[in-house]
Amino acid sequence: MKRREFLTSITALSVASTIPNMSQAEVVNGGQPWVPGNVKTPLAPPRKGGLQYLTQHEFDTVGAIAERFIPADETSLSGKDAGCAIFIDRQLAGDYGNAVAIYRLGRFVKGTPEQGPQSPLTPAQRYRLGIAALDKAMQQQYGKQFLSLSSELQDQVLSEMEKDALNLGEDVETRVLFELLLQNVREGFLSDPIYGGNKDMTSWKMIGFPGARYDFRDLLPKKGLKLNIIPTSLIDNTL
Amino acid sequence: MNGDTSADDVANNKVLTRQLPTAADAAAIERGKYVAIASDCTACHTMAESKLSLAGGYLISTPFGGIYSSNITPDVETGIGNWTERDFFRAVRHGKGKQGENLYPAMPYNAYVKLTDEDMHDLWMYMRSVKPIHYQVPETDLGFPFNIRLIMMGWNLLFFRNDSFQMDLSKSVEWNRGAYLVEGPEHCAVCHTPKNIIGGDSSKYLQGSNLSEWHAPDITPDPYTGIGLWSEQQVIDYLKLGSNHVAVASGPMAEAVTNSTQHLTDTDLKAIAVYLKQVPASKTIRPTSIAPDTAQMKMGENVYSANCTACHNSDGKGIPNLAASLAGNPGLMADDASSIITTILQGGRGAVTVGNPTSAAMPSFAWKLSDEQAAAAATYLRNSWGNAAGAVSADEVARARAELKLPAQMAGQ
Amino acid sequence: MNNVRPKADVAIVGLGWCGSLIAEELSRAGLNVVAIERGPWFETSTDFPPSVDTDELRWDTRRSMLLPPAVETTTFRNNITQTALPSREWNLNELGYNVGGSGTHWAGMAWRFTPFDFEPYSQTIKRYGKSQIAKGVILQDWGITYDDLEPFYDRFEKIAGVSGKAGKLKGKIIPDGNPFEGNRSSEYPLPPLESMRLTDIFTEGAKKIGLHPFMVPAGQASRAYVNPLGVRMGPCTYCGYCLYYGCGNFSKSSPNACVIPALMQRENFTVLTDSAVVRVNTADDGKTATGVTYLDKNKKEWVQPADIVILSAFQLQNVRLLLLSKIGIPYNAVTKTGVVGRAYSFQTVSGAALYFRNENLNQFIGAGALSSQVDDWNGDNFDHTGLGFIGGAGILVVARGARPIGNADSLPPGTPRWGKDWKKAYTHAFQNATFIFGQGTSFSHEDYYLDLDPEYKDDNGNPLLRVTFDYNDNDRRSAKFIEEKSVEIGKSMGAEQVIGTNSASGSYSPYNFASDHTIGGAVMGTHPETSVVNRYQQCWDVHNLFVLGASSFPNNAGYNPTGTIGALSLWTAKAIIEQYLKNPGPLVKV
Repeated sequence: MKRREFLTSITALSVASTIPNMSQAEVVNGGQPWVPGNVKTPLAPPRKGGLQYLTQHEFDTVGAIAERFIPADETSLSGKDAGCAIFIDRQLAGDYGNAVAIYRLGRFVKGTPEQGPQSPLTPAQRYRLGIAALDKAMQQQYGKQFLSLSSELQDQVLSEMEKDALNLGEDVETRVLFELLLQNVREGFLSDPIYGGNKDMTSWKMIGFPGARYDFRDLLPKKGLKLNIIPTSLIDNTL
Repeated sequence: MNGDTSADDVANNKVLTRQLPTAADAAAIERGKYVAIASDCTACHTMAESKLSLAGGYLISTPFGGIYSSNITPDVETGIGNWTERDFFRAVRHGKGKQGENLYPAMPYNAYVKLTDEDMHDLWMYMRSVKPIHYQVPETDLGFPFNIRLIMMGWNLLFFRNDSFQMDLSKSVEWNRGAYLVEGPEHCAVCHTPKNIIGGDSSKYLQGSNLSEWHAPDITPDPYTGIGLWSEQQVIDYLKLGSNHVAVASGPMAEAVTNSTQHLTDTDLKAIAVYLKQVPASKTIRPTSIAPDTAQMKMGENVYSANCTACHNSDGKGIPNLAASLAGNPGLMADDASSIITTILQGGRGAVTVGNPTSAAMPSFAWKLSDEQAAAAATYLRNSWGNAAGAVSADEVARARAELKLPAQMAGQ
Repeated sequence: MNNVRPKADVAIVGLGWCGSLIAEELSRAGLNVVAIERGPWFETSTDFPPSVDTDELRWDTRRSMLLPPAVETTTFRNNITQTALPSREWNLNELGYNVGGSGTHWAGMAWRFTPFDFEPYSQTIKRYGKSQIAKGVILQDWGITYDDLEPFYDRFEKIAGVSGKAGKLKGKIIPDGNPFEGNRSSEYPLPPLESMRLTDIFTEGAKKIGLHPFMVPAGQASRAYVNPLGVRMGPCTYCGYCLYYGCGNFSKSSPNACVIPALMQRENFTVLTDSAVVRVNTADDGKTATGVTYLDKNKKEWVQPADIVILSAFQLQNVRLLLLSKIGIPYNAVTKTGVVGRAYSFQTVSGAALYFRNENLNQFIGAGALSSQVDDWNGDNFDHTGLGFIGGAGILVVARGARPIGNADSLPPGTPRWGKDWKKAYTHAFQNATFIFGQGTSFSHEDYYLDLDPEYKDDNGNPLLRVTFDYNDNDRRSAKFIEEKSVEIGKSMGAEQVIGTNSASGSYSPYNFASDHTIGGAVMGTHPETSVVNRYQQCWDVHNLFVLGASSFPNNAGYNPTGTIGALSLWTAKAIIEQYLKNPGPLVKV
């Protein structure tokens, strides 16, 4: 058992608790382990500035797509200004981008729609291949990269991708790429700002989501009413 | 005379600790086990996370160096197997080693001096019955000049009162039992009485003391910072269950409850409660509550509302026996805010007891709150729901964060 | 074998609800119990306190608490003419990966099944005749009745701290409870959770058309509570971070909050974490288990010998371990012989999408099981004559939490999914879009089953479990019926748009998140030719092996399975303590 550590006449002291026998790793007996100061925090947020996976051009392209998916208006920042591309860059550099949780053993064989994704491509790879293929297709069709097209044309191209009506070559499943982009941009827009997006909680203010709050008991008498709760996030120095 | 250990001569000087007790000794051993629990020997004499019970080796860090607790099992080579009962008495009650050397007062002999001869004999019988463990404790080396144990003689002259326990015949048997337990085996003053600069007890008996990042609260019957508003039963609940209507034992006290006080008999717990409710109250002066509209209080309210009410409630009353009530919590309002700062930064866990195995833990907030926010929350708690206490500053929090080696608030984007 | 641990009286595989409940019973009875859990130790304030819980991306979108497919997944095909392929990405098989198992992240819907659900065969024959049973549907009685299990449901509810209101108490029907439930001997230990705007609208709408709505029994404590094990729970704060999240303030029923604190005080209980059991070992004659083999954190192989082995590793893993250990005769879908992997079922889900015009549903305030439901169309609660199917569904609304990312596509049909109009539509939908959930019975079928995949393996080289499954005709018909009923209720609720939904109209897919209730495969029954375990969840072939979990259900009811799983675990514990220990051997003679 961990003892309280103190000295009668001296003031040095460290924390005490009752910890069971953990001398053999992963054998737990005699109590519930607990260590002070130990919390499984979210992954450390992005460094300010600098890209961890995307090239500058890819980053700008993703930013442009985010802006089309979520344009700026009086209700919120654009997806680009909200930081969706920063969010995506950090996600692609981490476990999500590298498909760490995904089963990637055995033969990759395309199956029925019900059998779901059977591709060896990780999200990070899809972005790299997909943006290159998109630019190539745009170059062929319009003589410019996606980034340089007008907003209207960008919207049109994205609609085509959504309908799977844009051929991006053998290696790129257009519809899958589109859904991936849309999903990740939404994640960047709507997740906690600690992950790099949703700047100033812009999306939560738009939809009226209170964010990182845990106790709504005092509001139960107000059911059915508009609540106007000021949102907060995991790290929030505006409190 | 301080060096006078003649009170220990009552103990036998022939039988060695290593000698196995007989069946006839069973009752004494049982009583002695209780004395060991009440005195919480295991607190220092068993290593952290170890099943080597009473084999020592626990490193008590002091500004002068680390002091290792000794192996007090009956092992002959590495423990006290060759000690006589008298040797044992002299160590526990007078801080003398087998060769007559002074023990460092990490060993609270200045409290244990009050143990009666009967309790000491039973305690020794219990020690003879524990499993001998061969474990060589590392040498304690404090460095010059503290490695000269003679220095303790000077300390003893100043602070060691070589008096055995004296009953106060004007008080009840129950009060006396409580006095004995508190002053002797449970040695509460060791934490709860503030010390002077070289570590002796000041005269502010049980009025609360700073222990680095903890503050052991005032346990006099003061109604503001002490247990004055607690009934005897509420004191008993705290010591037996680890929590009562308001407080949850955490930090070093959680351990004292788990290993010691929860195992005392109901009669003994009542005696302690009776005694504590009659010691001189600290007469701490209650300040005016800080107004809720200061910038710091408003920040504190927002931080509290977003982070704390899910367990501690918007009315500050907590969840019985799970999350402490902050409203009307005397320890929270001590002038020294160390405990609340430490708890906010590193979390805390309630005492595990037979009656309350859940011992819910509070998470660490160091990663989530800035120094300003933690200080604002602490100030808010100390001044809401009828509470009143001094403000906590961001600097205090920053110092505690550094001492506890906890991370800074996680950076935003 | 070099690495052998000291022998235990009982080895338990998987420390979730089943494992912790039976460990508590058996360790209290004095046995030396060792549980082996694949995942790590979990502690509320360290792993899921309120301060990190409020993070949809991490826990919901990325499923951080769940068993990743990379560690283990299943292969899948709709029928035996197809080649099964791995379900490579996150899908509806949602296993735990921690001490507490899926009981740590579940939604908390804490049901009892009804008397019909345990005797579907004899009750269907009696009421409708054999012709009511669709071709190929496996319909069999469990070998136990609701009445057998009632005291154990009662105890589970008390341990878990379930909040609800009885509808049938000691034979009397109580208003505002569920009039169709099985008879209860006592009230719920806690009163129901507070009702939300959504549940109010549903209750009103359902009553208007003559149905009998009630608050769903919830594994969220409506008050601070002390359970029979002396473990304390706090009151639910309606935070809306429930399904997929651990509960940060001790208010969601879970093994962690309700059982483990008491269990860990016992010297005769040990859990080995980060240890994956790969096999149950049997004696040479195959009639008894000798213990289990597991891989520790460093993939080193160990043996835990034991006198009794209990599989409580989640339905899928239980079946897989039986197959990997070569215990029982695997089911062959061509010859229709064998039992391990037979009688696999799911949950038949249909309902309606609702879009209100100008509501403030505030769905971010909620709890996992905060729901209002009608059982009028569930089980055998209505006359099925002429309908061509058996079973039905509980029909409910869930005020469970808001999921800003997860609900970004909950939009009326035709709504753009991006751009300015999406922003406007989503802002409106956030307060006005919801759904009616018909959680229906699921009957197993002789064409659908579980076995080991011939090609794909996990990273230890062991074959993955192969799922061959699709909806059968009976369940397709009942789903359509329930869709119609859901639309009726939705209209009565006053939604501006009500659109029927039906996950059973097409083919089943693990990527269509209709439900995560995967059921059967090692079912209980009255005879070894149609079941793997007997009525005590004792393996017919290996008498000191007990298999606990939803793997025991030969059919799934129109309810979530956890309450029944918990009750059955306690029922088996009693059988072991009072019968098996005194006289080790088969508890049921055939």
